[in-house]
Amino acid sequence: MHYISLAVETIFINNIVLAYFLGMCSFLACSKKVETSFGLGLAVICVLTLTVPFNWFIETYFLRDGALAWTGIAALSNLDLTFLNLICFIAVIASTVQLVEMVLDRFFPRLYTSLGIFLPLITVNCSILGGSLFMVERHYDLAESAVFGFSAGFGFALAIVSLSAVRKKIRYSQIPPGLQGLGMTMILTGLMSMAFMCFAGIDL
Amino acid sequence: MGARTKIITDPLSDNNPITIQVLGICSALAITVQVENAFVMACALTFVLTSSNVIISLLRKQIPGRIRMIVEISIIASLVVLVDQTLRAFFFELSRQLSIFVALIITNCIVMGRAEAFATQNPPGPSLLDGLGNSIGYSVIILLVATGREILGSGTWYGIRVLPEAYMGNGLAVLAPGAFLILGVIIWIQRTVTNNFKDD
Repeated sequence: MHYISLAVETIFINNIVLAYFLGMCSFLACSKKVETSFGLGLAVICVLTLTVPFNWFIETYFLRDGALAWTGIAALSNLDLTFLNLICFIAVIASTVQLVEMVLDRFFPRLYTSLGIFLPLITVNCSILGGSLFMVERHYDLAESAVFGFSAGFGFALAIVSLSAVRKKIRYSQIPPGLQGLGMTMILTGLMSMAFMCFAGIDL
Repeated sequence: MGARTKIITDPLSDNNPITIQVLGICSALAITVQVENAFVMACALTFVLTSSNVIISLLRKQIPGRIRMIVEISIIASLVVLVDQTLRAFFFELSRQLSIFVALIITNCIVMGRAEAFATQNPPGPSLLDGLGNSIGYSVIILLVATGREILGSGTWYGIRVLPEAYMGNGLAVLAPGAFLILGVIIWIQRTVTNNFKDD
């Protein structure tokens, strides 16, 4: 039950895009067509679900204050390598993206071609690094970080697919020239984020 | 206008990183509840962007093309660690408020974007100017968004009360939707004033 509640909270109440503004760049750039946004959403789910638990391992067994105690070497047992976590996390993310890319290329070539350039660009998507950093800041355990990773990715996918659907609807609307494109998308996102705020207070 | 001056002035309005190039939106929205936070973030980004541009441009002939992304991201990440640790050591309260967003400068597309688009092809001098120009363009916009949000949200500016005590404060401006709406309006005004109607 605790995990369901965490998932609902991460998807709806603290949506990674609409409440924390993470991954805005690809959210705005790739939401013109429903198909691409769906593919990107899937890729983000995959990568977040893998990287958050993996970074949890690295944080807990290598970087945290006293994390190296399991080696049994006295000199290592009170070493604090927390300052390295940004560099380690980004390396893990870059290699996971590479791995996902290779697996998709080998086993799901259709999905791979439809994702195209977006897959490598996920490395610099702030929602991925943000997911791992939130995991550290909120002290999740292994199961919690797996659930958190998946639902943060799901929240991103949900938001980007709905935004692209809305953008498709307004394609032929008359929008003042200065507001066309980015400006209007910003305001739409604002309205969507307002709608998502209605979920606040749901408590399972 | 000289070519050098143009490198600096271009990103201020005609090619602004946030409103025209659509880069670095995440932090522009997340840390703009108060002008003070936005100011610190602007300083941090200016430092990271300018130094990463210069370093990458100095190394541009040494970095092998195939692995340049990894090299660039490690240079940027090291600079960000530097900023993050400094903030934590000397301005702990501020660094707690900025939470993970200082660390997220690593994945801020402006830094990576300028490294790829400019620093890898130009000598250090112009790269320095390009870094500065883009940081100023970014800072101006986030300070504007923060000004709007802080005045509407709590009636203060940089902690100084500007609206009468009776002003209740509009909760919406402090929350996420307010940030989206205010940035949307700023983009609208900026594109109308400069007549730059780019449909993206």
